[in-house]
Amino acid sequence: MNPPEILKSGVSGPAKVQSPEANRPRHLLSIAELSSDDIIRLLDSARSFAEVSKRPVKKVPALRGKTIVNMFIEPSTRTRMSFELAAKRLSADVVSFTPSGSSLSKGESLKDTAKTIVAMGVDAVVIRHSSAGAPKLLTEWVDCSVINAGDGMHEHPTQALLDLFTMRERLGRLEGLKVAIVGDIDHSRVARSNILALNKVGARVLLVAPRSLLPDRVEEMGVEVTGSIDEALRWCDVLYLLRIQLERVSESRFPSLREYTLQYGLTQTRWSRLKRKPLVMHPGPMNRGVEIASVVADEVEPVITGQVAAGVAVRMAVLYELLGGST
Amino acid sequence: MSDLVFVARAKIIDADDISRILKRVAHEILEKNRGSSDLALVGIRTRGVFLARRIAGIIGEIEGAKPDVGALDVSLYRDDVASRKASPVGVTEIDFDINDRVVVLVDDVLYTGRTTRAAMDALIDFGRPRKIQLAVLVDRGHRELPIRADYVGKNIPTSGRERVKVSLEETDGVDMVEIGEERS
Repeated sequence: MNPPEILKSGVSGPAKVQSPEANRPRHLLSIAELSSDDIIRLLDSARSFAEVSKRPVKKVPALRGKTIVNMFIEPSTRTRMSFELAAKRLSADVVSFTPSGSSLSKGESLKDTAKTIVAMGVDAVVIRHSSAGAPKLLTEWVDCSVINAGDGMHEHPTQALLDLFTMRERLGRLEGLKVAIVGDIDHSRVARSNILALNKVGARVLLVAPRSLLPDRVEEMGVEVTGSIDEALRWCDVLYLLRIQLERVSESRFPSLREYTLQYGLTQTRWSRLKRKPLVMHPGPMNRGVEIASVVADEVEPVITGQVAAGVAVRMAVLYELLGGST
Repeated sequence: MSDLVFVARAKIIDADDISRILKRVAHEILEKNRGSSDLALVGIRTRGVFLARRIAGIIGEIEGAKPDVGALDVSLYRDDVASRKASPVGVTEIDFDINDRVVVLVDDVLYTGRTTRAAMDALIDFGRPRKIQLAVLVDRGHRELPIRADYVGKNIPTSGRERVKVSLEETDGVDMVEIGEERS
């Protein structure tokens, strides 16, 4: 994304003429392509959008007349709803594309499907796909903004933004913050986007997982690694638990769920022993009794529902930055 | 894109003038509304908010009770979103009920009237004020909408090419209004 022009504050006058190259559609494909300034600007603006969701009339006319298509090729409830609410609170029109019963299930390619949809006059496509890089490919085929809502094991940029937003609002800073991420790092686009984003804003990251759930060459990601959640709990300001994808058990990445819980779970014993409790976060949906004990989950629930609320605000900020104002 | 720089030609209002203007406007608001009982001030971000706070402070000194003050960011309500570069959106803070109140919108410069139009739309999303009035430090003319201010600090006739720059202690370290133009 292009950095926004700094408006001359306090100077009233007509809008300036835009250069033609600035009229290309803009995208949000990954955290990797954002600068630290981009991230902070989006988080600042999300704070303003959070206020809109608390008003009696939860709607502003900023994106009136814009059309956004939700293309969730991989199932999702909360991210899809979150994007839909974000778009609607900005007065954009939202159309949801569901793959079952569509031409995709009749064998049409993603390229043809996307081109057909965009030909109907669409300003942005929000896409989730099981293949890494699908959103990037889409930008080569269609002439509208593309927003990555999760692509395979690659990235989930808006999730990382809402997580950083939550950390920043709750703890007041990001720089120097100590964040431990626990779980299946290797398969997690959430972990990947968070690691990239936290690194960019100057937070420190500690990964907690068995070797079998860590990516190759993990040390090159600018993180520290440990096998002990107890060590992480003593160190961190934020404990970020990933969801254990139950299908991974059958892939023999770890012996059993019980084994995982004992070694890496936030159990009640571990939690009650802590004098200084970190901020516990989870992207949802939680497996109670696996990565987190049910009683602990009840206790930290306000933060996790706070993440969900932040999701709408952050996605409003992203949509407004890409579609609001001149592109 | 080249950045335009404001080049001042003359200072037309100084710090003492601003202080006198705000006192006069505070008195006019009280006179027109016969007191401050159901009055609230809402400043338009950024400089309108500081002006609203100052006027509320003066009203507080006169009447003994300070009216509620809110802040409004109108970027999301503008009719020219499509032709402007998206600028960071500020936080809107209206922590009081505006229903049946007299709400005075406060802005630094009244020009085309489009900001005021957006501010009225934004305000109405928070409730139904009994009246909405408008107070501005400078009215520079060139209206594009049927809007006028109830309280004007100073009328400054300008040409379309000229720019009016308001500086305030809180944001710029000094109180003054200058006229000039933008050059690249």
